[in-house]
Amino acid sequence: MSAAVVTEQDSPGEVDVVDVRDRADVRRQVKLVVVFAIVAALLLWFALDINDPTVKYITGERVTADDRGTELNGLNLVWGCLGISVIALLLAAVNRIPRGVLGTVISILVGIAFFVGFIVWSYADQTTLVIANPLPGTVKLATPLVFGALAGCLCERAGVINIAIEGQFLTGAFFASVFSSMFYSAEMGLVGGILAGVAIASLLAVFAMRYHVNQVVLGVVLIALATGLTSFLLSQIPDDPKIKGYLNEPLILAPMPDANMPILSPVAETLTKIPVLGPTLFNQTLLVYIMYVSVVFVTVLMFQTKWGLRVRSVGEHPKAADTVGIKVNRVRWQAVLLGGVFAGLGGAWFTVGSTGSFDQDASAGNGFIALAAVIMGRWHPVWASLSALFFGFMWTLQSQLAFLGKMPPELLRASPYLATIIAVAGFVGRVRPPAADGEPYTKS
Amino acid sequence: MSTDTTTPEPAKAPEQPKAPAKRPPMAAADWLPSVRTTLAAIALALVIGAVLIAFSNEAVIKSLPYFFSYPWDFFREAGSAVGNSYWALLTGSVGSGHAIGITLVRSAPLICAGLGVTLAFRAGLFNIGAQGQLLLGALAAGYVGFTWHLPPGIHLLVALLAGVAGGALWGAIAGVLKARTGAHEVITTIMLNYLASALLIYCLGKNAFQRPGSDNTQSPPVFDSATFPTVGNLHLGVIVAFLAAGLVWWLLNRSTLGFEMRAVGANPDASRTAGMNVPAVYTTAMVIAGGLAGLAATMGILGHHDSLSPTMAGTIGFDAITVALLGRATPLGTVLAGLLFGALSVGGVAMQASAASTPKELTQVLQALIVLFVAAPALVQGMLRMKDTDSNKTVMAKGWGG
Repeated sequence: MSAAVVTEQDSPGEVDVVDVRDRADVRRQVKLVVVFAIVAALLLWFALDINDPTVKYITGERVTADDRGTELNGLNLVWGCLGISVIALLLAAVNRIPRGVLGTVISILVGIAFFVGFIVWSYADQTTLVIANPLPGTVKLATPLVFGALAGCLCERAGVINIAIEGQFLTGAFFASVFSSMFYSAEMGLVGGILAGVAIASLLAVFAMRYHVNQVVLGVVLIALATGLTSFLLSQIPDDPKIKGYLNEPLILAPMPDANMPILSPVAETLTKIPVLGPTLFNQTLLVYIMYVSVVFVTVLMFQTKWGLRVRSVGEHPKAADTVGIKVNRVRWQAVLLGGVFAGLGGAWFTVGSTGSFDQDASAGNGFIALAAVIMGRWHPVWASLSALFFGFMWTLQSQLAFLGKMPPELLRASPYLATIIAVAGFVGRVRPPAADGEPYTKS
Repeated sequence: MSTDTTTPEPAKAPEQPKAPAKRPPMAAADWLPSVRTTLAAIALALVIGAVLIAFSNEAVIKSLPYFFSYPWDFFREAGSAVGNSYWALLTGSVGSGHAIGITLVRSAPLICAGLGVTLAFRAGLFNIGAQGQLLLGALAAGYVGFTWHLPPGIHLLVALLAGVAGGALWGAIAGVLKARTGAHEVITTIMLNYLASALLIYCLGKNAFQRPGSDNTQSPPVFDSATFPTVGNLHLGVIVAFLAAGLVWWLLNRSTLGFEMRAVGANPDASRTAGMNVPAVYTTAMVIAGGLAGLAATMGILGHHDSLSPTMAGTIGFDAITVALLGRATPLGTVLAGLLFGALSVGGVAMQASAASTPKELTQVLQALIVLFVAAPALVQGMLRMKDTDSNKTVMAKGWGG
């Protein structure tokens, strides 16, 4: 679409139409055609491979005795998905896929079509298994990633590289567990997580801004420090069940409808009754609700407020910001510490938000995935959160499909990471970080 | 070591075009402050470690409630706990020939993998993928080691090369993706780490990799003909590791390729303008970096008759990053840092076994603190009131783009 059409109208009788297309545009078209063609071909194969098109599905997350699923002819669904991808393929072939939001929507539609077809194909020809709603699990698993991604966006938009998300997760998880156990309250666990996240963030800030330590180095070191400290402290907690109960046996956040919170719980209970989306969005813990609010909060803060403008300006051009009277390092401190709050909440998910007591390496590399989400989302809180959701979806999907036997489980287990590589190499490509990201600023 | 030992980034290439060949002999005063700061950083980390030891020791904690009546008890217990722990750390790692041997063997893979991270770092690439490259190297070296039948010596050499090739292949993927599509190497190497571990587990599930008569996910041990010859508790791999360090030093400081890598690392745009093929340099750097990580894997798998298992690499790949950072991305620094980290991890076990029974996790904390303080010379000098010698040469950090 961006092909420039140059017409020379001023020489009458002789109209030259020169169609100039730059190479990037051609490559984009080729890329889209190839990808859509692959998707269409796979969907066609799915459709032809299905013998017994009847699949059963439920809208809940787990199959219960009184809900054995509704039957559905999956084949029609696959044909429909094939139709969507063929239309997209034709549009791409004649180069009619617009750039910008609409183009992205078309790509996402094709992506969804592929996944729907894939799920139906996976569950077809299986008599007993029921498609469970993967979305509640998606939101659940994506929660820490979204928090981590928000922390990453805040720091890096202000010009401080934050590789240490994993370290913030670890300490957050540990102290959330300790606080929750000590105060006998899961909500206090969140406070503990926040404090720990902010503590690591302030280390990041002090070494990055005061001592000008290379921030990539710093991030790696802080992860090492957090890993060492949490496992050291964990080894200090005695096995004596009486003492351990006060230190590492936290209360776990319950899903909101069961949590008996005043006002909020009844509201959540009502909202949960909405089909499909209800259990996805509202049968969740307090932490997930905080996550929704946080995404909106950070986005508005960053793009609609004066403070957000300052944060972005110190990340892009600190000198210019300084010239107009913005205190560069103060704004950066604020952004990094606020990021610490979210990273700490993300860390709390690993203990009080899901499994309970802290174990060595509880965050299991999720901080790195959150970092990938930040870069995939091009340092934008909403896109980064969507990237995080994509991860959550892939994880949920692979755990649901693992015992179907249609795909080798090892391949399924690797699929989130494979998908990320393909997404980053194929679609995101060269990203442009905030211009001053990683450069300490000294007033001269 | 010249002035650029104070920066993990390469010396700014455009400023010293003929630098590698004709560098003036360095004056002692050039590197002395840097060594002094590093030693001070280690000392500072040990002090903080001492506090942690004291307050994690049972006898010390018991003496706390009556601290104000008998303060001496507290100091005596704390002193003995710290003294015992650090003495065990020291003797356990370098106290005897045997201990030094274990330390060297432990350091070898750290040095190799650290060199890989160092090399990539100098080319402006942040290689988080040493772990994955290591796993692939182990997979390849192990497979050759326990399935092929070759004469001794040749078998070892082939297994060694297979390991290097395996790591190089995994590094190449990230390099090619970076060069061709601009995909950020931090993301791709992280993902490749997970893929490598998935691949390893997949392979271990296959018959070709199964130890006969065992239900564990474990391969048969490597044949004798493919293991490094040993002298006492040392094996030949240690020497290979030091040779690799020499090679990397030569590559970075004396070869054209190394010059190109450092130039691209310092400023890719300027290098492109100067006619260098930046994507090719990225790819080559990642291939060599991966190969070095693969070599690190052979230290483990071919060093002591090991078999492949999902957890065999431990966290060597990640420790390698800290090693490279502590070594300020120079080959010599990486070797020294690798030796230090090897000694700490060996000594940590002795520390846990000592009378003070300080948990060995403490050494992890020490490692991180040392790197942190070394990276912040201004902090160390400020705290110890040292003369402010090179604080204005503090590393100016760089961004994602390298």
